[in-house]
Amino acid sequence: MFGVPVGAAVGLTRFPGRRLVTLVLYTGMGLPPVVVGLVVYMLLSRGGPFGSMNWLFTPSAMVVAQTIIAFPLVAALTMSAVEGVDPELRLQVRALGATRWQTGWTILREARIGLTAAIVAAFGGIISEVGAVMLVGGNIEGQTRVLTTAIVLSTRQGEFALAMALGIVLLLLALGANAALLQLQGRTR
Amino acid sequence: MSAGPPPAFELVDVRHRYGARTVLSIPRLWIPHGETFGIVGPSGAGKSTLLRILQGLEPPSEGAILVDGAPMPHPVPLALARRITTVFQRPLMLDRSVRDNVLFGLRVRGRKDRAPAGPLLERLGLDHLASTRARQLSGGEIQRVALARAMAIEPEVLLLDEPAANLDPANVARVEAFIRDAQSRGTTIVLVTHNTHEARRLAHRTLLLIEGAVVETGPTAAFFESPTEPRTRAFLAGELVY
Repeated sequence: MFGVPVGAAVGLTRFPGRRLVTLVLYTGMGLPPVVVGLVVYMLLSRGGPFGSMNWLFTPSAMVVAQTIIAFPLVAALTMSAVEGVDPELRLQVRALGATRWQTGWTILREARIGLTAAIVAAFGGIISEVGAVMLVGGNIEGQTRVLTTAIVLSTRQGEFALAMALGIVLLLLALGANAALLQLQGRTR
Repeated sequence: MSAGPPPAFELVDVRHRYGARTVLSIPRLWIPHGETFGIVGPSGAGKSTLLRILQGLEPPSEGAILVDGAPMPHPVPLALARRITTVFQRPLMLDRSVRDNVLFGLRVRGRKDRAPAGPLLERLGLDHLASTRARQLSGGEIQRVALARAMAIEPEVLLLDEPAANLDPANVARVEAFIRDAQSRGTTIVLVTHNTHEARRLAHRTLLLIEGAVVETGPTAAFFESPTEPRTRAFLAGELVY
């Protein structure tokens, strides 16, 4: 939701400080999720600047952490995908009467293979993420327990069969989501 | 210039530079409405740069481009930009069908009908490829699709950059017939070509551009039959001019 438009905007425009933004995005790709979790924890904890929102140990906190983890990945890969489209094509699209927005949308559509890769990579990253969601979600049964944190808990409790079963479910979910994305990509080709 | 309606394009003291290098220097040039203006010259003469400037894709470093007597602003307003289109020397296809490529200019103008693609493709001998992915076409086919794509929007001004390069004689004839149709509809055409024969067949006036500078310009018949400049004679004779 945030990564694609930002990545597209950075990839399609030239502005002062663009190199710095690119550097930040690339660096963000390597952000350790557990550090993101720690920072979000501190921001949302009672003494933190957003403590009054009471989001800590709620799904909202987990969404915030995962968005921060996925954002640079999606934005940087979208930017690369957009930059991979022949720049001359943009001029040719404009010469056919496209507005700036239509040109941007057309180039984004041309970059859809790279875009799908960005979304798949980010999805794979967050679905398998455990450190941040554990920290900010608290692994509360029925509320903030997700597959990865449930696997950690089951393993700690020695319930290896359950942990393995949950692991297979996680894998199947990832497989299903990626297959759906690839199918979508194929349909637009 | 005699009094009358303002020309489609008028260039006044236009200079264009890439870095320190001046690639175009045209003190004065005008192209009346409905005229086909041929631009010939060797590679690197600045022909394609001139087309980009006329399309409004980049402003000249110095000087003014007047369209219908009024300076062309930058960024070019959409209404003005949509009156002009270019068939580029290396046309690029969108990753969609040939038909969708041809209809692209209409789609961005909000037109949803598919009908205009058929006759255009048929005239260029491409109707059997309408549903084919455009990027699977040969270079010659892509060149013709690019022409159909430009003509679909019925531009007032058509800028053609080597529209028949790499085409076999039958397809050159098709493309030239297509261009003549546009001429008969009153389209203003700027035709950049290496092919002096093509300029001779299609252009009302012709200009020789060498190293960004105008060497000679005049009515096509006079330009080819009695050029006044030694460099024009040398260029037309196929001799190396620099």
